[in-house]
Amino acid sequence: MNWTLALPEIVLSVSGLAILVFGVLQRRDPTQVCSLLTLAAFVLTGVLVLLAPDGIGYNSVFVGDDFARYMKILSLAGAALSLILSMDYNRREGIGRFEFPVLLLFSTVGTMVMASSENLMTLYIGLELQSLAIYILCAFDRDRLGSAEAGLKYFVLGSLASGLLLYGVSLVFGFAGTMEYRGLQAALSASAEIPTGLVIGIVFIIVGLAFKVSAVPFHMWTPDVYQGAPPPVTSFMAGAPKIAAFALLLRVMAGPFGTASHQWQLLIELISMASMLFGALAAIPQTSIKRLMAYSSIGHMGYALMGLAAATPAGMRGTLIYLAVYLFMNAGTFAVIVAMRRRGRPVERIADLAGLGRTDPGLALAMAIFMFSMIGVPPLSGFFGKLLVFSAALQAGLPVLVVVGIVSSVIGAYYYLRVVKVMYFDVATAAFDRPAASVSLVSAGMGLVTGLFILLLGPVSSAAQAAAAVLFR
Amino acid sequence: MITQIVFWFFAVVLIGSAVMVVSARNPVHSVLFLILAFFNAAGLFLIAGAEFLAMILVIAYVGAVAVLFLFVVMMLDVNFSQLREGLQRYFPVGAAVGLVLFVELALSASAWRIAPNVRDLPHARVPGASSNTEALGELIYTHYVFLFQACGLVLLVAMIGAIVLTLRDRPSAKRQDVAVQHARVPADTLQMMTLGLGESTTGNGGFRRPIGKSAEKPVSRPALVIENSPDREG
Repeated sequence: MNWTLALPEIVLSVSGLAILVFGVLQRRDPTQVCSLLTLAAFVLTGVLVLLAPDGIGYNSVFVGDDFARYMKILSLAGAALSLILSMDYNRREGIGRFEFPVLLLFSTVGTMVMASSENLMTLYIGLELQSLAIYILCAFDRDRLGSAEAGLKYFVLGSLASGLLLYGVSLVFGFAGTMEYRGLQAALSASAEIPTGLVIGIVFIIVGLAFKVSAVPFHMWTPDVYQGAPPPVTSFMAGAPKIAAFALLLRVMAGPFGTASHQWQLLIELISMASMLFGALAAIPQTSIKRLMAYSSIGHMGYALMGLAAATPAGMRGTLIYLAVYLFMNAGTFAVIVAMRRRGRPVERIADLAGLGRTDPGLALAMAIFMFSMIGVPPLSGFFGKLLVFSAALQAGLPVLVVVGIVSSVIGAYYYLRVVKVMYFDVATAAFDRPAASVSLVSAGMGLVTGLFILLLGPVSSAAQAAAAVLFR
Repeated sequence: MITQIVFWFFAVVLIGSAVMVVSARNPVHSVLFLILAFFNAAGLFLIAGAEFLAMILVIAYVGAVAVLFLFVVMMLDVNFSQLREGLQRYFPVGAAVGLVLFVELALSASAWRIAPNVRDLPHARVPGASSNTEALGELIYTHYVFLFQACGLVLLVAMIGAIVLTLRDRPSAKRQDVAVQHARVPADTLQMMTLGLGESTTGNGGFRRPIGKSAEKPVSRPALVIENSPDREG
């Protein structure tokens, strides 16, 4: 057995335990030190992920391949960015405790386990580890009613989704007698017709995972939780866990259930269309930037699902690139949201951004870049994401999906442009508090990545190509 | 024959106590019926030959979960009759939803085919192991050790979460501080007075407690006492 396969996960977990013990034993407030140590652990794990060998291990529950590597690097990057945002935010809000980075770390371990799942049991346990830590992080600002509500709401609905997912897993197990992806694939390709029970099982698994990526009609929790949770947590929630849930969706649907693609393709198509349209329409009346981002994330998940609906290697590649693009845009936008503080208190209305173009031109420029990128204006990163999924869907013969995607992009442009208009053309109100260097760094860095993505397109696209090829072995 | 009788006995008592769990007026009775239901379910598992599962059910569910429920019910003053108030109002809607779900379940079950060789599977012996416990142990601790450890992480996260969300550092809480205890000298608390025969302390100004500089400082901040103690000794 090749135990070094899971070396990144093991190292990250052990450093999490060490940081926890260090934090408990420290007499003075160890939050900043623990956050920095966690960041170092993320970097170390990232290096180990790149060096980790390929193969299946641990009695066929764990796999290391290009796909897992791509997803793990993305989720580590998302977690590290959120952690940097949280360091300043938590200190200013007085909720800085050293458990925050530790929980974020364990949640990231969960996302990495999910990305490497080769068995439905691994899928479930990774998902639970990741979600449980996020439920706690949502309620981390426990003295604020909104935060506690967000935690409870996400917990109750998330448990329900986990239950549905488990029910689906049990049905699939009942059909095939195995939970290993390879075994399932063999069983499916051996049987002439697909039994009803299995189809119901697949549907339940899709429902459970669609809940985690907040696709319509399983999105109800998203706006409230996004608004209530502390913004660094929201930026994490919108990044790493969604990427991990997408990793599972892609891996499970393309791998074991790949031969049954005609059974689930329509379902994914419908979910994708509904998410895109709902994300575009429901965001229009929003006044809170956090709720706006929640609906925007629902819409973006719809676009990313479009690549999966195509069920081709090109589609999967499109989805993978879209996820990378979305992760960086999203982290940058949330850096701007974290920077929205006036007289020591966080503000979150879109109207509060008025005149940012004059009071803080750098921040406004970054925000404008993110908003234009989310619309999909070339040459920003969002354009390439959309281009790739649209072209994959067209090649796969799904013109309706593409039309819906373009229509909802146009509708969505309205509310993204409104943010830009408020920043540059509305009468300036009082300036924001000076943001911390870490927050400015994240917003500027993500602005650069988003703006100059054309330079990164080559490496990202070849990594995504290699990752997508693994799924169709 | 005897197995059949025992099965029916356990099954009837199980369903009866399950009904009582939801219908009993007193929540404490509900929890007690829940324990009874768990015991009967354990009996059913024993008949099916799953002795390990039966024991786990008794240990984990009766021993921990049900007792925890009992504590919650008795210690938290939850008004259960108030929780039940909406029952009559929501019953028709709930029943309608339940009916729809049941019909759907029946429809999908009618299209259900069970593989012909499945019937014997539950009674098949585990290869290479003498008992269920041994087989499970080998699976959990050897084959699926990765998942086992990951489950451990899940529990750890749950524990951290419970502490993070509930533990509050109250300044008024009384804690033992060994350093302060060791730094105490008799002069902090004891006052020696020489009294002549027949005199009372009142004549000497009475007891002045607490004595020393700590009189002006609140007692709950022991750090100050340590700082002050040397000059009192000198």
